[in-house]
Amino acid sequence: MESESPLLKVSNLHTHFFTKSGIVKAVDGVDFDIKPGETLGIVGESGSGKSITAMSILGLVPSPPGKIVNGEVLFKGENLVDKTDKQMRKIRGNEISMVFQDPMTSLNPVFTVEKQMIETILAHEKFTKKQARKRAIELLELVGIPDPQKRLKNYPHEFSGGMRQRVMIAIALSCNPSLLIADEPTTALDVTIQAQILELFKKMQKELDMAIIMITHDLGVVAEVCDRVMVMYAGKPVEFTDTTNLFDEGKHPYTLGLMNSIPKITAEKQKLEAIDGVPPDLRALPKGCSFAPRCKHVMESCLTIDPNLREVDDNHLVRCLLYEESESKKAVTP
Amino acid sequence: MLKYIIRRLIMLIPVLIGVSILTFSLIHLIPGDPARSMLGEKATEAQLESLREELGLNDSYIVQYGRFLGDILQGDLGESIQSKEDIAIQLLHKLPATVELTIFAMLLAVIIGVLAGVIAAVKQYSWFDNISMTGALFGVSLPIFWLGLMMIWLFSVTLNILPPSGRLTSGVELNTITNFYLLDSILTGNWLAFKDAFLHLLMPGLALGTIPMAIIARMTRSSMLEVMRQDYIRTADAKGLKKHFVIFQHALKNAALPVLTVIGLQFGLLLGGAVLTETIFSWPGIGRYVYLAVLGRDYPIVQSTILIVATIFVLVNLLTDVLYKYFDPRIRYE
Repeated sequence: MESESPLLKVSNLHTHFFTKSGIVKAVDGVDFDIKPGETLGIVGESGSGKSITAMSILGLVPSPPGKIVNGEVLFKGENLVDKTDKQMRKIRGNEISMVFQDPMTSLNPVFTVEKQMIETILAHEKFTKKQARKRAIELLELVGIPDPQKRLKNYPHEFSGGMRQRVMIAIALSCNPSLLIADEPTTALDVTIQAQILELFKKMQKELDMAIIMITHDLGVVAEVCDRVMVMYAGKPVEFTDTTNLFDEGKHPYTLGLMNSIPKITAEKQKLEAIDGVPPDLRALPKGCSFAPRCKHVMESCLTIDPNLREVDDNHLVRCLLYEESESKKAVTP
Repeated sequence: MLKYIIRRLIMLIPVLIGVSILTFSLIHLIPGDPARSMLGEKATEAQLESLREELGLNDSYIVQYGRFLGDILQGDLGESIQSKEDIAIQLLHKLPATVELTIFAMLLAVIIGVLAGVIAAVKQYSWFDNISMTGALFGVSLPIFWLGLMMIWLFSVTLNILPPSGRLTSGVELNTITNFYLLDSILTGNWLAFKDAFLHLLMPGLALGTIPMAIIARMTRSSMLEVMRQDYIRTADAKGLKKHFVIFQHALKNAALPVLTVIGLQFGLLLGGAVLTETIFSWPGIGRYVYLAVLGRDYPIVQSTILIVATIFVLVNLLTDVLYKYFDPRIRYE
């Protein structure tokens, strides 16, 4: 596992929001790393802290009220948390870029696609306008937009949702990033378009050899594209393992709940199993395990002890008391 | 686009006919005998009859209106009852004075107002935000006549750095071409006159521009605050664009529409509202001209001025509508 040095290493990340009604611990102790060319999935419900984790990496957390209160984000050996806004702007869109959830609102409606693509290229590369324009055409071709030369002159509202997401991806790829963060990139799209976009991600990754962090609530997306998965709940990772292992050997009750809530094609129609309850209020987390109030296997000790992330198997971390005594594995989080 | 402008220009015709009917009716809405109300109680019957004859008041309304319209279309605005001067020639001198003052006031208002609004929005709740928005509140509340007098007292009487009245210091030569003094001095390369005319414009321009400046600043601030929350601003940040670029291009162009609406409306108001400012600063424009005409019941002057101001108002509105399209390409004019 240590064979390759990680491209990005996030350790002990805490991002809190200081609001009038209390401190929202949106990200509360997240550790992970990602190697060059790898795809890491971050899965969880809305409000589990997966998007804020991504925003924290890029220094895009709205501040105030948000603030990274603790932790390190090491990218190619440099701690991004310590960088100024100006330094971060040189990295964003260049070495690390991001694709957002809603392509309908993520492109500026009053500028042509050409302008929005070229400005990104010119912000980071020493190109002339003409070279940048050529590059923009290449990129649109790469992401599968027909007739790119003509389409460059169009405004975002003249594209369909799927096409807009392709444009967003083209913009994200414009400076050959080594890390691409995709925040629910297919959620706002039709199912058939979703498959195309995921295919595009896989193709681009192969061609450009970049690492991808795929943030999603959809385990289907994870199965499709991810090498490893981190499942998050209430700002903390609860399970972290290989994708195949997660589907075969998933252990945390929350992960199992997520998997049971996926509809399956079976002979008879079955009732979908939802996870009872709602995600907890991040301003007032319960004592003990955050998932305990919704957990089917809740024990008395769950209500008082907040478990650590433990290695239950090779490359398989779980934060749950059910697996605490199984073997005397050492705690991973300090 | 060109088609739209042409169609809008054609649509101006019924609007202007409406305006002309209203201004024409003005003279007939005066209770009693218009001739008597113009000449006063002491006029003899012979004088009244000759004025009636001169104004054609003895003909039917239709004939009178036809004559009124025909004269206007030929550029004949009639003559002043009191001074017997040709109104068209008078307006040729006075209208540029007012338009120059209005444009100057509007420029001050837009530049300072938009800049203050943007900074206040970007640094929301900062000392700048608090001070500029309190200032804006004062700006809309101060009566122009008070502000104008205070400025004269401070800058002309006490500090003696700005001229208190008029458009040019007597003795400064300027060959007039358009009667826009700044423009004329540039055209003739007369920099002495340019500086003098500019100094004369400062105080009345500031006095006239205060209210629109305050309104524009507040409108820009709220519009920017709305836009800065949008997804595409986050995208622009994630692309690594420079911060001023994100604010002044991506955000401001989106925030411009409501501000543009306010600017268009205020411009029309300023044209009409210049009366007070022109009176205080002895500015030889149409405001003072029409004010004196109203006092002297010189109805032909009042009619002509209203007609011209209304026409400019309508044209400014057309310009505003055309500019909408520049700021927001999604707007379609069908």
